[in-house]
Amino acid sequence: MHFHYDVPGDDFSCAGSASAEMKKKLKQLGIPFDIIKRTAVAMYEAEINMVVHAGGGEADIDILDDEIVIVMKDHGNGIPDIEQAMQEGYSTAPQIVQELGFGAGMGLPNMKRNSDFMTIDSKIGVGTTVTMRINLSPKTEPDDVGEEASVSGANGNAAAEKSAVIVHDGVSSAKVAQGGS
Amino acid sequence: MTITQVAQTIDAQILCNEQLQGLEVASACGSDLMSDVMAFVKEQVLLLTGLINVQVIRTANLMDIGAICFVRGKQPTEEMISMAKEFGIILLSTKLPLFPACGKLYSSGLTGYGVREI
Repeated sequence: MHFHYDVPGDDFSCAGSASAEMKKKLKQLGIPFDIIKRTAVAMYEAEINMVVHAGGGEADIDILDDEIVIVMKDHGNGIPDIEQAMQEGYSTAPQIVQELGFGAGMGLPNMKRNSDFMTIDSKIGVGTTVTMRINLSPKTEPDDVGEEASVSGANGNAAAEKSAVIVHDGVSSAKVAQGGS
Repeated sequence: MTITQVAQTIDAQILCNEQLQGLEVASACGSDLMSDVMAFVKEQVLLLTGLINVQVIRTANLMDIGAICFVRGKQPTEEMISMAKEFGIILLSTKLPLFPACGKLYSSGLTGYGVREI
């Protein structure tokens, strides 16, 4: 089952409406309560990010037999340093957004905490695509940020490409590949 | 305690969804940062906040928070009330600032256990 939402970037008060819709749909489908919450929160944080930082974007959600796949794609400026952006408390949100209760630097860590596997594909000047996978098998508590949750980040860059993969299944490995120009 | 008891404890006015005032809450969270609410709240707490914008209602809906009390005499906008009615969230407002409101509720038995530890 596939769902698509356009996320407009010009109205902060609309940000979050796609996540709210998705939450309703998941309830109607009888998805377990904790999975609904994790999906909704992960998607909501991504939606807010797209509106605050990238002028909006698109959300595509697939509900498969064993997992929910959320793909959030924008055409903003890209993320120069994914590892830095993943740090709790680090934020590039403008002052106005902080006055609205966001910009605490918890968005990406929250998304990671609520998903079982997350990849960030970002190209400077082109945009960012975040893919989050949530297993449909029972899981009572999301992982804390400090634990090994999977984040794969790829910054497309004319000078160099880096990707780091941390695998979330009790076995952790870090792989950094550097490509040429 | 029930929302009715919360309202009595901190002298709060119920602004919408009065029919939900029998809702029981065991813990509460006081915050003006919605990202922190999403990061740290793990149960259906009572949310106390001084933040006035629709994202407070959206955050509460996504976190399954059923009751929000605005502090320092803040009043939600019509858009917020309308959204809260749609999502089935009871809204209150107290003239107390955040700290004394939280203190009175904590002294009356509400815990902070609905929020995960760092």
